Amino acid sequence: MQGSRGLMWIYRSYVVVFFLYLVAPLVAAGVFAFNDSMFPSLPWNGFTWDWFFSPNEPKLGLFHDDRLLQGMGNSLYIGVIVAALSVAAGTCNAFLFVRKDFRFKNALYVLMVVPLVIPGVILGISILVLASTIAGLADQWFGVFLTSLRPGIPLVVMGQFSFLVTITSLVIIARLEKFDISLEEAALNLGASRARTLATVTLPFLFPAMFSAFVVAFLVSFENFNTTLFLVGSDSPLTITMYDRMVKAGSTPVLNATSVVLMLGSGLLALLSVFAQRPKKQA
Amino acid sequence: MSRDAGKLSLILLFTPFALWIGLLIILPQIGIGYVSIREKVGINQYEYGFKNYIDFITEPVYRNTLLRTAWMSILVTALALVIGFPIAWYIAKIARERSRAALFLMCLIPLWVSDLVRAYGWIVLLRETGVISMTLVKWGIINQPIEMLYNDMTVIIGLVYTVILFMIVPLVSTLQGMDDALLEAGYNLGGSRITVFRRIIVPYAMPGIVAGCIITFMLTAGSYLTPILLGGKNSSWFTEQIYNQFITRYNWESGSAFGVSLLVFTSFVVWAGLRLTGQSLATTVAKE
Repeated sequence: MQGSRGLMWIYRSYVVVFFLYLVAPLVAAGVFAFNDSMFPSLPWNGFTWDWFFSPNEPKLGLFHDDRLLQGMGNSLYIGVIVAALSVAAGTCNAFLFVRKDFRFKNALYVLMVVPLVIPGVILGISILVLASTIAGLADQWFGVFLTSLRPGIPLVVMGQFSFLVTITSLVIIARLEKFDISLEEAALNLGASRARTLATVTLPFLFPAMFSAFVVAFLVSFENFNTTLFLVGSDSPLTITMYDRMVKAGSTPVLNATSVVLMLGSGLLALLSVFAQRPKKQA
Repeated sequence: MSRDAGKLSLILLFTPFALWIGLLIILPQIGIGYVSIREKVGINQYEYGFKNYIDFITEPVYRNTLLRTAWMSILVTALALVIGFPIAWYIAKIARERSRAALFLMCLIPLWVSDLVRAYGWIVLLRETGVISMTLVKWGIINQPIEMLYNDMTVIIGLVYTVILFMIVPLVSTLQGMDDALLEAGYNLGGSRITVFRRIIVPYAMPGIVAGCIITFMLTAGSYLTPILLGGKNSSWFTEQIYNQFITRYNWESGSAFGVSLLVFTSFVVWAGLRLTGQSLATTVAKE
């Protein structure tokens, strides 16, 4: 843009203000984790680690707060399972849509994308309704009581899986499309079996995408709220536990401490996935 | 590879896809559609009809909540586009190579942090005893702390914040593909800035704009946390009504009718957006 300096200056300050807007709430949520006060608000009473490490009430630190730790544990557990399942399904989808030709391929591709544009709340209630209907029928007809179809971790996994597969599929498809098929042909010509070609040529090429799909799926699962809200039983993941505390109990800076841990954790994971996706530079 | 082996692998690859889409997407939607048209008249006795929908339309509270959610979602989408476009343009076209990557990464950081933490950050900033209010008091700009939570303005600020990155990211990727020669040609042919913007930049960026708007609108209309936490108990957000019907009142029939209405409504907006701009779902949203 060859505009005047003044305009450019205004433009630059707009960009700066925007980035301030972007980081302000994150900084606010972070800083008050270290405030020696019962409330996450001013005045600043001095620096403390209590909201992380203090073992006793009333300033029970995060690492001694059993319910928050339990929630974190549940989230980790759910996240790993969901991410693994979604990467597996996403890889299948990638091979299906990149390598195979079949009828209605384009229509089915659109169908694959659709879960992204269904509101999470609706995915949540629809899976809740279906699972309960099936559980109800099983009870009524066969007298079987299917606990896994009642709200709880299995349902949360299903709910998150339902839309995460779309995300992992898109990530892996993008990578598989860049694959040079002649590499596989070369391997086959050199006498490798199909399985071996897949294991030694194709999958290693796909691995960075699978890894970052895993990380993305894990992060999205970890922070998902809308779908999970309707599917939780007694073992709630961290977001639900935190929400309950925010709405009902009134918040103490322990929630800020949790936020700090979440920010650091997801930041690190996201960086890992960015580096995994980078093309390797030979040093 | 023989034909049979090809067919077998097709079936093996197709099965997970079909199970996923069939069991977790299509069947559940049919499920809530079915529940939404029934009405409980006794223990395990149901009547079928559109009563839940009629209740929904005739009860002004519910109807207005949907309209309000719709209107605010459109407003948030428009704001996100207007606020986000200059940022995307800056990142894609003005920033130098190195700061471009850094700025883009900075844009992505809040994306890694959960909605809950972000909304919580806003609460810490905006509540009566929060950072902004207390700072203003200290500086003597206001006499006593003011409550900045629980009003529409705050909800909009929070929602724009939550979704704007989903607007900026597709915009940046489309704008980066644009050849600067197009702009110079536009100026050389005597186009003013506005003409160049309207006739060259906007049409070029259209896939990004549409993708951003669809995702933004969807996320806003379907959001739960931000309106509830920043808007308080009276935020009148539609997903909150669904939650109330399902969890608080255990009235799944009318909750399902609400769910179907929201889905039909958002799908309609997405469809209309795609039709108006001549884009398709596979080329916009899936192109991340």
